[in-house]
Amino acid sequence: MSSTAGRRADARTDSERTTAAPGGVPILAVDGLRKTFGRGRKEAVAVDGVSFELAAGGSLGIVGESGSGKTTTARMLIGLEQPTAGRIVLDGADHTRPARRIRDLRARGRLIQIVFQDPYTSLDRRQKIGDCLGEVVRLHFGLSGSALDARVRELGELVGLHDRQLRALPRELSGGQRQRVAIARALAAEPKILILDEAVSALDVSIQAQILNLLADIREQRGVSYVFISHDLAVIRQITDTAIVMRHGRVVEQGQTADVLDSPQDPYTRLLRDSVPHAGWRPGADALVTS
Amino acid sequence: MSALLEVDGLSVELPVAGEYRTVLQDVSFSLDAGQTLGLVGESGSGKSMTVRSIAQLLPPGARTSGSITFDGASVLDLRGDALRKFRSRDVSMIFQDPRAHTNPVRRIGDFLTEAMRVNGRVPRREAERRAVELLAEVGIHDGERRLRQYPHELSGGLLQRVMIAASLAVKPRLILADEPTTALDVTTQSEVMAILARLQREYGMAMLFITHDLELAAAVCDETVVMYAGAMVEHQASSRLHTDPLHPYSAALMQARPEIERRVPRLPAIPGHPTSAFETPDGCAFAPRCRFAEDACRAALPAFERVGDGEYSRCRRAEELRGQLLVPAVVSHEEVVR
Repeated sequence: MSSTAGRRADARTDSERTTAAPGGVPILAVDGLRKTFGRGRKEAVAVDGVSFELAAGGSLGIVGESGSGKTTTARMLIGLEQPTAGRIVLDGADHTRPARRIRDLRARGRLIQIVFQDPYTSLDRRQKIGDCLGEVVRLHFGLSGSALDARVRELGELVGLHDRQLRALPRELSGGQRQRVAIARALAAEPKILILDEAVSALDVSIQAQILNLLADIREQRGVSYVFISHDLAVIRQITDTAIVMRHGRVVEQGQTADVLDSPQDPYTRLLRDSVPHAGWRPGADALVTS
Repeated sequence: MSALLEVDGLSVELPVAGEYRTVLQDVSFSLDAGQTLGLVGESGSGKSMTVRSIAQLLPPGARTSGSITFDGASVLDLRGDALRKFRSRDVSMIFQDPRAHTNPVRRIGDFLTEAMRVNGRVPRREAERRAVELLAEVGIHDGERRLRQYPHELSGGLLQRVMIAASLAVKPRLILADEPTTALDVTTQSEVMAILARLQREYGMAMLFITHDLELAAAVCDETVVMYAGAMVEHQASSRLHTDPLHPYSAALMQARPEIERRVPRLPAIPGHPTSAFETPDGCAFAPRCRFAEDACRAALPAFERVGDGEYSRCRRAEELRGQLLVPAVVSHEEVVR
């Protein structure tokens, strides 16, 4: 391809990489990340040469459809998968290989946490919400007694859960409230980076707006950095500063979120953009060029 | 000409923990051949329940009142063979999750030909030939290979096309599509919607299209009904819904949705959470979350009334508030303070 667009991933050099952290050391840097499953003829490449940076306190969107490798990337970041090649640097230290020892696992837990899509399956249905949050606080900070209770209430307040809800079981809460619990649980370890993997996709629109506002407030108050994975371009626009677009395991475009969405350079980003229903939309008008 | 489908004053109660609870109240609309009507709403709004009532797929013990008329016949009175014929020939359903509605241990070919072989007594070879034709209609051109595959070997988008092919096998006059593209990627959604629109045009089928996505409804439906807590709150032409909503809930829903074109400092979220019909207090079900609510709104359930040509709203302030519903919320907060 002979494109001169600096934003296109294939034309990337280090100076042009616009998701690079402006000045200072990025909180998260990923370089040449690759993950394959299976061997020989059955080898499948899930993530192929992915590189990006996330500024401290920043918010990076990862956009892509099913099979694009966005979730595999997230799993490598939190250490659920070991990269086949490439490097993951979290807060200045190499974390490419998943931690093995308990001490290292907990240290990584205080660095990076994740919130999953489905608030119905990611909570223990027999554990009260307050106990669920307390467990994380005790594990990471050794608090007990009234100090522990105070911290749990504080976490509840941070995400808008009251004492009554902290005493409840997950089944007594709505989907939006459960997702608040999942966010509070992730924040209980006081991580520097929070991965949100389609964390608002399963919520009703009116609740989704509440959670997006909540996430914006938390970033502002706590300075926590986000990796926000979503297929929803409007949500990406609202909650991220920079974005990468993934397809078939590769980054096809990256840059400031506003630039990527307003003037997409890659044909696939354009297709994604045009596939979103809007006034005057004709479904299927944008023929899919399958490669 | 009378409508193909006519729903009038439909209410449904379901037994929950030994007690009957209202899940749907006073739903009325009609649908002509070739027309698409969107039903939009959040959890508990009753949109799926409406569709299940029409297909007579309500849970056991459900109590229904009102009437559903299809091509002049009362659907709620259909029993036995007549009901079976209605479900198998006249209407087809397409669901959100195709994987939950296919048998994982049976091949695509069995799935597609079963109805023809059992209901139509078509020989296997003939049924398979027709199945391949049907797959071609939904853009699957290697049909013979697909017939031998199992559901897990197909992607979500491909499997949903198989579901559409299956629902078209009988050339139904009405399609009930319950969030058919919600589980699909946006590019796949676009293709599947294009296929549905084309087939609907070619066969002149009517479609009841359920979605939580107002933009999608506006793009593919002639008219849209917005539902909240088991009741219709607004019904009008889809083309006007975005610029001239007739109910505060529809307006609030549109405003709460982030936009792809711009980032706002704060999304105008709707306080509280969506409720079901049986959880709502007296009066307007949306009043507790509505920024335009007055005391009178909480006193009695407003009627679903005509506010213009082909325009209906269940807001007692609909005419007074028309044109102001999309004005940013700050203004009305000042009003409240004053």
